[in-house]
Amino acid sequence: MADGSIGLWTVPLAVLGGAIRVSTPFLFVSLGECITERAGRINLGLEGTLVMGAMSAYGISYLTGSPWLGVLAAGITGALLGALHAGICSLPRVNDVAVGIALMLFGTGLAFYLGKPLIEPTAPRLPAIDFGWWSDIPQVQAALRINVLFLIGVALAPILYWAFRTTRWGLLIRTAGESADAARAMGHSVLLIRLRATMAGGFLAGIGGSFLSLFYPGSWNEGLSSGQGITAVALVIFARWDPLLCLWASLAFGGAAALGPALQSVGVTSGYHLFNAAPYILTLAIMIITCSPKRTLTGAPAELSITR
Amino acid sequence: MIIGETPPPSGAFGVDAVAMTMRFGDFLALDNVELKVRPGSFHALLGENGAGKSTLVKCIMGYYHATEGDIIVGGREQAIANPKDAHALGLGMVYQHFTLVPAMTVAENLVLARDDVPAVVNWPNEMKELEAFLGSMPFKVPLSAKVSDISAGERQKCEILKQLYLKRRFLILDEPTSVLTPAEADEVLGMLRDMVVKGELTILMITHKFREVMAFADDVTILRRGKLAGAGKVSELTPDAMARTMIGAEELTVQPPRTGEAGQARLELQKLRALDDAGAVAVHDVSLTVRAGEIVGIAGVSGNGQRQLVEVLAGQREAESGEVRVAGDPYHASREEMRRHRMSLLPEEPLKNACVGGMSVADNIAFREFDRAPFASGGWWLNRSAIRSDARKKIGQYKIKTRTPDTPISALSGGNVQRAVLARELGGDVEVLIAANPCFGLDFAAVAQIHAEIMAARNRGAAVLLVSEDLDELLELSDRLVVMFHGEFVYEARTSEADLTVVGRHMAGH
Repeated sequence: MADGSIGLWTVPLAVLGGAIRVSTPFLFVSLGECITERAGRINLGLEGTLVMGAMSAYGISYLTGSPWLGVLAAGITGALLGALHAGICSLPRVNDVAVGIALMLFGTGLAFYLGKPLIEPTAPRLPAIDFGWWSDIPQVQAALRINVLFLIGVALAPILYWAFRTTRWGLLIRTAGESADAARAMGHSVLLIRLRATMAGGFLAGIGGSFLSLFYPGSWNEGLSSGQGITAVALVIFARWDPLLCLWASLAFGGAAALGPALQSVGVTSGYHLFNAAPYILTLAIMIITCSPKRTLTGAPAELSITR
Repeated sequence: MIIGETPPPSGAFGVDAVAMTMRFGDFLALDNVELKVRPGSFHALLGENGAGKSTLVKCIMGYYHATEGDIIVGGREQAIANPKDAHALGLGMVYQHFTLVPAMTVAENLVLARDDVPAVVNWPNEMKELEAFLGSMPFKVPLSAKVSDISAGERQKCEILKQLYLKRRFLILDEPTSVLTPAEADEVLGMLRDMVVKGELTILMITHKFREVMAFADDVTILRRGKLAGAGKVSELTPDAMARTMIGAEELTVQPPRTGEAGQARLELQKLRALDDAGAVAVHDVSLTVRAGEIVGIAGVSGNGQRQLVEVLAGQREAESGEVRVAGDPYHASREEMRRHRMSLLPEEPLKNACVGGMSVADNIAFREFDRAPFASGGWWLNRSAIRSDARKKIGQYKIKTRTPDTPISALSGGNVQRAVLARELGGDVEVLIAANPCFGLDFAAVAQIHAEIMAARNRGAAVLLVSEDLDELLELSDRLVVMFHGEFVYEARTSEADLTVVGRHMAGH
């Protein structure tokens, strides 16, 4: 142990560290999508929002020197993209899934275009808190270097769970998502509720993007997101629109995504790319297991275009 | 004046609509209609579909702005710009379709309906207040239950309680009993009647059930095609007189008399089990035999598995287990089997379940036969002119009101869509007919025609399974009556010997 070698323990440790590090964008995007979908809209554009968030966070952090301003900028960018999605969807006979796909391509394209000058410079990164100080094993220390955003995300899940039940906004969002007629009969504007829910979702997804560029991997390039945004949308379905389950699901996906690099670090190199595909295989497997042609999904908001 | 500035005095108040006219483009939905609801009275608003009842109450509630006319609330003229203004005046409406959120609890639904929902809801406190409120009310509902888990009767009570919880003192009820058993309807209306008699409430009820008008209403206003057709005290009117005022001079199809005796078993269900969309058992090992020349009626409050049962027979849902036999052969709802056994189907919501909305009336009428001679040669080359001429013939025969055979069927009114389906399904020979709520939401003329056709099919020797939520329809048409509750057949009797109170009790599961 003294030489710092911990043998095969590296793998579960790296998976744990990966679960914490890699899961943060999943967590933010899925919580954001959870809010949007509970209001009765699907925003598939969050992949584009994530990448735009990453780019704007990096840019602002570089220009101002403050990574936290970058995070804020990412959130605002996300909220604006959310407003764009909700605005287009407010028009009659517009399909939210189609708009989402368009915005996904628009967001990534715009981010690559605007982000061209940001590939070279280095921006200040988000700080991490060392929770591994008690151990002198470097792998443990590495796994437990935890970013504040992760902690915020972990706290946000139970807060959202609580808010859906006990706050006016939570109840209104659920009403809009479960029965637009009921919301209208009460005199609420469903479009306005959905606009705000989509903006809140975009805000969180943007912050998820800032984590990518400002902490892990911690730079801006065009291959930054490997579909985390779109995977997180699927993850919400798997989590049955429950913020607490979103947290566990994000951790599971983060862990799966860390499996490939972890195995490589202990010398298992055959099938490296296969292990890298673990999150996607997990997505497919979960979808196949949890879906059935004979029943509708339990817990699905009744107004979602996929369940109606 | 600013609405809500002076809170109306407590107790019941009246509402008058004076010279209401409502135009939608060229269409005159209301033509100089007058409605006077006395304070502390139970007022019935009668009329056929499309007579303008909903338009009138929507004008009162502020959903529509009448082209001309005034609303007088409690003796004062009011400009009601939107539903919020109406609510502030103490006007509330219970809709035909539930406005409760199914995935939420009763308590959440009640609190949510308030105008002043606190930013953070203190649930222990709210629950205490809600229990106190319920204690002062004539009917009870389970506060912590999810709305999706309670019965239709309880949901309707919740809708009414919600209005009372919001302190509304003038209630508009839009066909409030369409989903209730007769006993539940009497209970709910009776309690509301008590509150009216005590002077706490005024009620305006849209309905088409004369029994309820006679039993509970003081006054009645009858509309026909957007015009005031009659009004008066219920005690001075008979159901016949009201029906005549409602339909005017229109001729109704005469139903043929019931002739012939039941023959051999045609349609047999053996321990049939089916799941609903959530994966729960909706049809619970039911067995039933329908014989040739017999109408078997399945009664029940909606949501007790009737829909799933019909979907299995229609081929829209797979059975979990059990067996369906038609004329002794196993039946899996394939096109070939349906053709061989001359199966016909009148599903509920025909536009959704039996038609392709964007296709023409002629195409929709041809669905059963379009790939066979004379409509197609070789099973693939369609003969459009044969399809169109057959459609034209059936359009005349079944009095389908459509501009041309090529009009998309979704442009037709509900009654005419059902007539088109009727023409397709009953146009040829029929050995087995399955009908589910065939007359839901249709006007008198269409109902009379459909009832006559079903009876005629029975007299020609068809085995008819009629699933309906309308007990009157079942009592009129069926030879045998079966009650379905929680996916099981809990009661069976010859219709001539069936006791309405016993049937109602079984529908409610007692």
